[in-house]
Amino acid sequence: MEQFPRRLLTIVTEAALERELLSEFDALGVRGYTISDARGKGGRGRRQSDWAQQGNIRIEIVCDPALAERVAARLRVRYYEHYAMILFMQDVDVLRPEKF
Amino acid sequence: MPTLDPVIWFFVLGLVAGVARADLRLPSAIYDFVSTLLLLAIGLKGGVELARDGGGLPLPELGGILLLGFLLPLPAYAVARGIGRLGRADAASLAAHYGSVSVGTYAVVIGHLATRGIEFEARAPVWVVLLEVPAIVAGILLARGLSGDLAWGRLLRELFLGRSIVLLLGGLAIGWVAGPDGTASIRPLFFDLFKGILALFLLEMGLIAAAQLPTLRRHGAFIVAFGLLAPLVFAVAGALLGRALGLSPGGVTVLATLAASASYIAAPAAIRTAVPEANPALSLTASLAVTFPFNIIVGIPLYERLAAALAG
Repeated sequence: MEQFPRRLLTIVTEAALERELLSEFDALGVRGYTISDARGKGGRGRRQSDWAQQGNIRIEIVCDPALAERVAARLRVRYYEHYAMILFMQDVDVLRPEKF
Repeated sequence: MPTLDPVIWFFVLGLVAGVARADLRLPSAIYDFVSTLLLLAIGLKGGVELARDGGGLPLPELGGILLLGFLLPLPAYAVARGIGRLGRADAASLAAHYGSVSVGTYAVVIGHLATRGIEFEARAPVWVVLLEVPAIVAGILLARGLSGDLAWGRLLRELFLGRSIVLLLGGLAIGWVAGPDGTASIRPLFFDLFKGILALFLLEMGLIAAAQLPTLRRHGAFIVAFGLLAPLVFAVAGALLGRALGLSPGGVTVLATLAASASYIAAPAAIRTAVPEANPALSLTASLAVTFPFNIIVGIPLYERLAAALAG
């Protein structure tokens, strides 16, 4: 079975940013993403998802490397200073390249 | 001194359980469900009363309450800057939170008045709606000024389409259209169970408030003093406005409580995106861990007496 390399971009950040980030993604040309509630601890303290207000979300985007770079660069410039946000990338393989 | 309403004990239970790190956590879906029920019940109750009594919202009342919402943040900002030595963004955020309202506190005051058999204006849920947004806008203006690259259109849309406003106004409209007879079939859930739902809501609020306490220790005396004194001063402003507008003593109590209450849902969400440099924990902690408990335990009975004294 043929496999095609893509990048998986994972972002963990404040739930309050969800809507704003989604419009950023649309503007950058991201075609799909998966969002889940998350909780954990980091540089800005412990975050719980049992109260949506202060919860965290985890966003996963699978896309080509260039787009992943653009998204990461945009988020770094715009959100890193004031928001709780981490971001990391991995290589992944997909079966249907036209989807990503 | 009237005995503490049983629902308040649920808040205390949540607070104690939270502080003791007991194995108690309500899933966030439950919190959403309970707060949705509360908002709808509050709206419905107002709508049904309006359908029964008729009457609209007098124009001076509309203007007066909107103006109150815009003006309350100003002294809060000045005090936070001058005495609290907070930066501009933090002071503006605190001002927005304290000028805006808490629906949870509103639910407690109407529960309190119902228990005491005190009438108040049926249109009171509209006051909540009127007071929620202006202070947040004022706070953002204090932080950012008129210039800047803020997407006001989107921000206002999100504010006015926020959950609390949609559910309150939606409930109000349904109650008003359906009237007392039409709502008879849903009465058991929304009206008869109101205090039970409120008790669950307050249990969760106690847990949430307890989770803020460590942050409170970090921010120190000013936040605690502000969180205790601002509601008292604002309650007097609200009560005087209510008196000037010719509200009933029950209505004056409600308006004083609303002025005294601080937002912990609409304001934090809006300020977080509009004023990112403000420390979100500062305002939220003051609102949740100091002002909310103060208002529901000590404040509301005081505001009721204040209203009675003004009616004197």
